[in-house]
Amino acid sequence: MARAVSTSRKTFNTAIAGLLGFVMFFPVLWIVILSFKSEFDAIRSPLAILTSGWTLESYGAVQARSDYFKHFTNSVVISVGSTFLGLLIAVPAAWSMAFVPAKRTRGVLMWMLSTKMLPPVGVLVPIYLIFRDLGILDTNLGLVIVLMLMNLPIIIWMLYTYFREIPGEILEAARMDGASLRDEVLYVLTPMAVPGIASTVLLNIILAWNEAFWTLNLTAARAAPLTAFIASYSSPEGLFYAKLSAASVMAIAPILIMGWFSQKQLVRGLTFGAVK
Amino acid sequence: MATKASRSAARLMISPAVILLLGWMLIPLGMTLYFSFLRYNLIIPGNHPFVGWENYHWFVTDPSFNAAMINTLLLVGGVLLITVLGGIGFALLLDQPMWGQGVIRIMVIAPFFVMPTVSALVWKNMFMNPVNGFFGHIAHGLGLPPIDFFSQIPLLSIVLIVSWQWLPFATLILFTALQSLDQEQLEAAEMDGARFGSRFAFIVLPHLARAITVVILIQTIFLLSIFAEILVTTNGGPGTATTNLTYLIYVSSLLQYDVGMGSAGGVIAIILANIVAIFLMRMIGKNLDA
Amino acid sequence: MGQIELKQVSKSFGTVEVIRPLDLSIEEGEFVVFVGPSGCGKSTLLRLIAGLEDVTSGAVLIDGEDATGTAPAKRGLAMVFQSYALYPHMSVRKNIAFPLRMAKLDKNEQDRRVEEAARVLNLGDYLDRRPGQLSGGQRQRVAIGRAIVREPAAFLFDEPLSNLDAALRVGMRLEISELHKRLRTTMIYVTHDQVEAMTMADKIVVLQAGVIEQVGSPLELYQRPRNLFVAGFIGSPRMNLIEGPEAAKYDAHTIGIRPEHIEISESQGSWKGTVGLSEHLGADTFFHVQCAVSPTPITVRAPGEMILKYGAEVHLTPRTQYLHRFDSEGLRKNEPS
Repeated sequence: MARAVSTSRKTFNTAIAGLLGFVMFFPVLWIVILSFKSEFDAIRSPLAILTSGWTLESYGAVQARSDYFKHFTNSVVISVGSTFLGLLIAVPAAWSMAFVPAKRTRGVLMWMLSTKMLPPVGVLVPIYLIFRDLGILDTNLGLVIVLMLMNLPIIIWMLYTYFREIPGEILEAARMDGASLRDEVLYVLTPMAVPGIASTVLLNIILAWNEAFWTLNLTAARAAPLTAFIASYSSPEGLFYAKLSAASVMAIAPILIMGWFSQKQLVRGLTFGAVK
Repeated sequence: MATKASRSAARLMISPAVILLLGWMLIPLGMTLYFSFLRYNLIIPGNHPFVGWENYHWFVTDPSFNAAMINTLLLVGGVLLITVLGGIGFALLLDQPMWGQGVIRIMVIAPFFVMPTVSALVWKNMFMNPVNGFFGHIAHGLGLPPIDFFSQIPLLSIVLIVSWQWLPFATLILFTALQSLDQEQLEAAEMDGARFGSRFAFIVLPHLARAITVVILIQTIFLLSIFAEILVTTNGGPGTATTNLTYLIYVSSLLQYDVGMGSAGGVIAIILANIVAIFLMRMIGKNLDA
Repeated sequence: MGQIELKQVSKSFGTVEVIRPLDLSIEEGEFVVFVGPSGCGKSTLLRLIAGLEDVTSGAVLIDGEDATGTAPAKRGLAMVFQSYALYPHMSVRKNIAFPLRMAKLDKNEQDRRVEEAARVLNLGDYLDRRPGQLSGGQRQRVAIGRAIVREPAAFLFDEPLSNLDAALRVGMRLEISELHKRLRTTMIYVTHDQVEAMTMADKIVVLQAGVIEQVGSPLELYQRPRNLFVAGFIGSPRMNLIEGPEAAKYDAHTIGIRPEHIEISESQGSWKGTVGLSEHLGADTFFHVQCAVSPTPITVRAPGEMILKYGAEVHLTPRTQYLHRFDSEGLRKNEPS
């Protein structure tokens, strides 16, 4: 039973929250604005920037400098590939832990999470050397494997928490109805867990898309995703604000738009299933 | 509750994950450990003699090691402090009745989607640049001397950038937790005469304890390996002012090609991470069981 | 088809023995109810028959064949769960057809059987809805529909009515009994409600702490409870149990007399007492009478029109031919013949 809230109180709340929200969002908004300005205007004072004319020239310049779509494709392949590969391995594992819990289940889960605590830098050298010897350095395949392994504990953990909300009786009913294990997972569990799986997929695509340790250290030219594409702007092109802004917008726009459209699933995914 | 058949199926279905993660953990770890005892530099050809603890000795006695340890600690601690406090504040604010809450929430979440390399570059150039940056222009407009962020307060600048990236995450988790708080509990407390301050301290905060734990746990995992933000802004400088452990190891192994030294650093990083991990696991083990 | 036999079946979870070794045989076409207080092992016993749990020892025979190690899917049994366990992402039609789909039945045959089940259960108008859009009673019927299309050797019901409100429960009880009369298929039904057990069963199995206390028809259990537990569990309101000198008069450690077998009078009778609470149900009135012979009030069933004031003095007379006698072990003593 909600209590009546005075309009002035509500207006005050909206103003404060809106202002703070705007401050958080401002850097993103600002680069969008800068990306449509000429290089000359982009370094002027904020007021002058807002009143100056608009142009698309920076986007053209960015695309001319290095093939944006190649990096974009790499990012998509790496993030989507690693997420779905991870899902393939995580669904059965999470099924086991959620529906056939044993004494060790909690320990196994904690151990899996603890591999996530392994600092990447601690194993950078061996992975670099192994990849060099296998010839998968600077390939999408290599990054898919690394990012899948990086995020596997998180995928398993999230699926586990979602699966646990599904009553075991429904799976037992499927078993009584003559479903094999494969049927049970395919026709009953997975469709029921779609919202949870969607959250997991979204979050992991974002984590993989933005991952900037392995993608920077294991790629050079061929497999470089957008993280590396943008890192190449650190100097001296960083001084060309309009181009840097255009490149930044192109790097973050896909994930930003996807994130906003799937906000509901994502909010749930962002909490890693650990908070209700 | 299950049959033998389902238990063996369960073992079978969990084994790919366990084997992969075990391999992912043990093989590189074993190699790192092995390399850490060798004199092994990629640009010096020849064999790699066993040198005992030499790499560790040089790594730990290097003055930049101490700096890196302190910087890592300040970086993680600083960001955690800002994001947890800021997140609680934001969550409480968003929980108030208002118009357009959805839009505001979208604005608050946005930084989370921005990849670290982009946010670091954008902050470094478009905002923190003392001449052409946004803050520089503002300072100029107000007649104040502009701050040269990356030479005057380099570490704090990175803390601010990273906090901007992680504040949405903390806010969202805490806000979600706050929404699950039973309103009747608060009303009961109000009937019992608790004022806003005591309601927050005795009901809201304990309710958020679990969510705060999650925030700290997950952020710590990611913050310990902050890398891209340093790489594209300061390269660890000036001097070692913004070199954290991750970056220091990167410098030894990939910039100086000293695999032995880098591996020794890696082993140390792993040991430290494990100490933190044990501590955190204890904490969540307790808080997540509920 | 549909004869089930348990031979020395037991079940332990870790060191806790939930079912002590027991024998039970269920005949073809019988309606058997497992009844007992919560935690008595009745649901576990049902799950052992279903194959959802492994027996710790012993054997489960279905139609004379050893099914102990057979997977639940292969036992030819259908189960209706307490939570209904409907598949929320499938329409009613798909829910009911699911077991047929798993059996890879021909599509036309699937449709035919689903339509038939829907007709029997009055679900025709709901076939394209999702379970979430149905009422509790309708969901229950879908769960039953999913069970009957398989034409199983036996139906297993795990407290199927406990999530329904009281009025619906009576209706569904009748429907399930009706279904049994029509299908003549073996049904095993678990409940903690002895009224359900009494009204539906051909044969009741009373369980307590993993042990079968008595097996028999509802009237056998009512008329000749084998021990104090069954005496107290079957019948509502409960049988009055009296110990001490009054019981000794009948050469027993404990005597039991049901509320309906006591005469109440304001003038004369064997036990003098004062009226405590009265419960007027309309057709009947139950008086709780405090007597010297028993520390707890004695419940008496009287005609609905009878009215007695709180604290009024009355006399009770048990009809001795309905008296139950139990020894110090709690076992029934046979009537002196």
